[in-house]
Amino acid sequence: MLLAVLSGFLLAIVAPALHRISGRYIGWVLAILPATLTAYFASLIPDVQANGSMVLEYAWLPGLGINLNFLVDGLSLVFALLISGIGTFILIYAGSYLAGHRYLARFFVIMLSFMASMLGLVLSDNLITLFVFWELTSITSYMLIGFNHEDMEARKCALQGLFVTVAGGLALMAGLVLLAIISGSYSLSEILASDLAIHEHAFYTAAVICILAGTFTKSAQVPFHFWLPNAMAAPTPVSAFLHSATMVKAGVYLMARLNPSLGEGELWSQALMLFGAATMFTGAYLAFSSTGIKKVLAYSTIMALGTLTMLIGVGTELALTAFICFLVAHSLYKGALFMIAGALDHETGTKDITLMGGLKKTMPVTAAIACLAALSLAGLPPLFGFIAKELLFESLLDSPLWSAGLTTAAVAAAVLIVGVAGLVAIKPFFGRVGNTPKTPHEAPLGMLVGPAVLSLTALVFGLAPFLPEGALLRSAVGAVNGSPVDTYLALWHGVNVPLILSVGSLVLGLSLLSSWNRLQPALFAINTSAARFGPETGYFRFMEGITVVAAWQTRVLQNGVLGLYLLLLVAVTFGLTGYTLLTHHGINLTLDLTDSHFYEWGIALLLIAAAVFASATHSRLGSVASMGVLGFGVALTFILFSAPDLGITQLLVETLTVILLVLVLFKLPEFVNLSSPFERYRDLAVATFAGVVMTLLILAALDVQYFESISSYYIENSAPLAYGRNIVNVILVDFRALDTLGEIFVLSLAALGVLSMIKLKAEDQHKP
Amino acid sequence: MKSNTLILHTAALFIMPLQLMFSVFLLFRGHDEPGGGFIGGLVAASAFVLYAFAFGAEPTRRILRVAPRDLLAAGLLFAIASTIPAFLAGQPMLTAHWWELPLPGGSYLKLSTPLIFDIGVYAAVLGTIMTFVINLMESDE
Repeated sequence: MLLAVLSGFLLAIVAPALHRISGRYIGWVLAILPATLTAYFASLIPDVQANGSMVLEYAWLPGLGINLNFLVDGLSLVFALLISGIGTFILIYAGSYLAGHRYLARFFVIMLSFMASMLGLVLSDNLITLFVFWELTSITSYMLIGFNHEDMEARKCALQGLFVTVAGGLALMAGLVLLAIISGSYSLSEILASDLAIHEHAFYTAAVICILAGTFTKSAQVPFHFWLPNAMAAPTPVSAFLHSATMVKAGVYLMARLNPSLGEGELWSQALMLFGAATMFTGAYLAFSSTGIKKVLAYSTIMALGTLTMLIGVGTELALTAFICFLVAHSLYKGALFMIAGALDHETGTKDITLMGGLKKTMPVTAAIACLAALSLAGLPPLFGFIAKELLFESLLDSPLWSAGLTTAAVAAAVLIVGVAGLVAIKPFFGRVGNTPKTPHEAPLGMLVGPAVLSLTALVFGLAPFLPEGALLRSAVGAVNGSPVDTYLALWHGVNVPLILSVGSLVLGLSLLSSWNRLQPALFAINTSAARFGPETGYFRFMEGITVVAAWQTRVLQNGVLGLYLLLLVAVTFGLTGYTLLTHHGINLTLDLTDSHFYEWGIALLLIAAAVFASATHSRLGSVASMGVLGFGVALTFILFSAPDLGITQLLVETLTVILLVLVLFKLPEFVNLSSPFERYRDLAVATFAGVVMTLLILAALDVQYFESISSYYIENSAPLAYGRNIVNVILVDFRALDTLGEIFVLSLAALGVLSMIKLKAEDQHKP
Repeated sequence: MKSNTLILHTAALFIMPLQLMFSVFLLFRGHDEPGGGFIGGLVAASAFVLYAFAFGAEPTRRILRVAPRDLLAAGLLFAIASTIPAFLAGQPMLTAHWWELPLPGGSYLKLSTPLIFDIGVYAAVLGTIMTFVINLMESDE
């Protein structure tokens, strides 16, 4: 199992090399892996049928309670099969679609990593692992959407997708941690198995809101739906994969996964129903009013995601059965339709439906497959989509809450989706021959295998629903429900309300389609004016706001005046230190001066005089020299109190500092007093404050000893353990060598930083 | 920047070798007596700085033979290299290893990973200061 999840990453590493060897058959070669994985996951089906669910454990960070545990049950297996199964055909398709592309090898690297992350996400048992894979899918899909990185628009869309999903991801992390606090475990299987009343816990509301923020952004629910159609900037194989079975379904997966634990609260079910229904209707409407074939499909994906979310919210056994069926049906037809759309784009040179027509003569196979897939989308017998739609209507009619409203929304969406199905299957292939930029001809084999197999699978599932039902769907429904469910799937239920609703929506949908050419301009005008108030406008406002705030705070905090940096640094550091000192310890002013010698007083006076002179003088050289005196005075103090190493170091450092400063001084312009009196008094106040706090701190340190000093340990063990009598050196190179190692790295980096500053400056001066 | 006084020239030529020898002495005795890589590096740096004040940046580069930046890198390399024995022995990072080599005349040479580490510190400190000084001096030429 570990290998199954990680093999995608491993193959991604060697993909460029394989590409060099296998050349144009790279898609077929790479597809062997997901095909093998599909077979492997299929081989787990009997186990799941027998045991319900199983957890496969691999220790990863056992010390933190984070393990690479994998949860295999009906739900995760359905997803894993969809991901690896559809992934197989996507890789074949991509090899053909992007044949000869400059960055084909890079494409496969990202694609395989994405697939592996997706598998990890749906199979993880540990919440943290799940989250890591979740973020990995966000990052890899960012790279996939922005794959045409020379295109400004693609980069912008990719960034938008990333921002929205990662912002949601952040909320999700908080939600998952809250969930773990509530249930006391990071393991999904333990959370699901526990009989805690999670929805009565004080954190329940917060956890649900956070988790839903994550899943709604990922699964493009209203009002976060805008990133998904923009993600169409990706090459078509990516869209086909991301939107059929993977990326956007991740949110749906997580909601389904957590439904048994969180579903008992009202907040959960009502939020899901409300947002799901809104998304369903918005998606269907926007799909019908778009003209780009990929946009149409993208919006219909949003509709499907809304439907799935709503069905989880309804939460009855029937609704959950409908959920799983709709999920599978959607993945099959949407994967197929996207690949068809890519083939159309590839062969005709345009994505605009209004330009296509009569392609059935030149692309007969594509046309046949498209019709089959569109039938499933429209929910017509004998395809699996029909069964899913019947179940959808039936479960909504039967919903304990808001039945009438939800059913109306679903029927309205179904009407529009019938129209959409017509748009993608009838419009391009039948009717008048369109005027396309390229002369169309039949798509190559690699681009047809995938959609053909997926559509035929939908047909087989439709004709024989007991096949997938018995194998996996029943246990998947059980997993979403939290307890086993008896399902009964059939193509023909007799004449009942759902069937009447289906027929009605079909008729209405077809009549809408016939008037599409007339309606389109009006819809377009409405959408354009509505977009000004849409969430996407909000997104752009927000991004602009961030830029403005960033510019403002850079202007305030990073204005290039070194004195101000220093002022802030000193004021904050000593302000906080002073506050802590005052509140936790109090001030101690007693100091025993009886055993001080006259030469100690002498040094102290010298130090004070040097400090005063350094800050009062107008001569830079004088200031540097008196700073040197100050340093030597400190060195003298070290030597007096028998710390020769420190004394020597201090002496040397002071000497070299003075030399460096003198070197710099020669380059400075004439001394001018730039600061106002107010600024000078402010600086004086801050400096005095820092000095006072430091003095009080040292007095306090003399007074208390919180811990036993570690120096006695060093003194005792320096010679026996480290074979050295110079404790300072032994500490530096042995006891605390790691610190020293870090310090010399910092030192080196500082040197390189100074070097680059000097060099840059020099280059500036050489410019005319 | 370059001084033209005869006294500084002559003094630098005499003092610099002494300083360098002293810095190596400090480095090796550091484990038992005051000294060590850090102090040694500073003394060596001040030797080269004295030389640079007397003769200028370019001659100092020549007498250093390696670029100051490479000295930095060498220092870090030595420090990292000192972790290898502990790594090979499967011990925590930077665990000290000691070897005693018998010398003719019955005495022993104490070699250890802390010493290698200290040489790294010496080179890194010397490299840092020379990077500062030489580049600052060159920038106004």
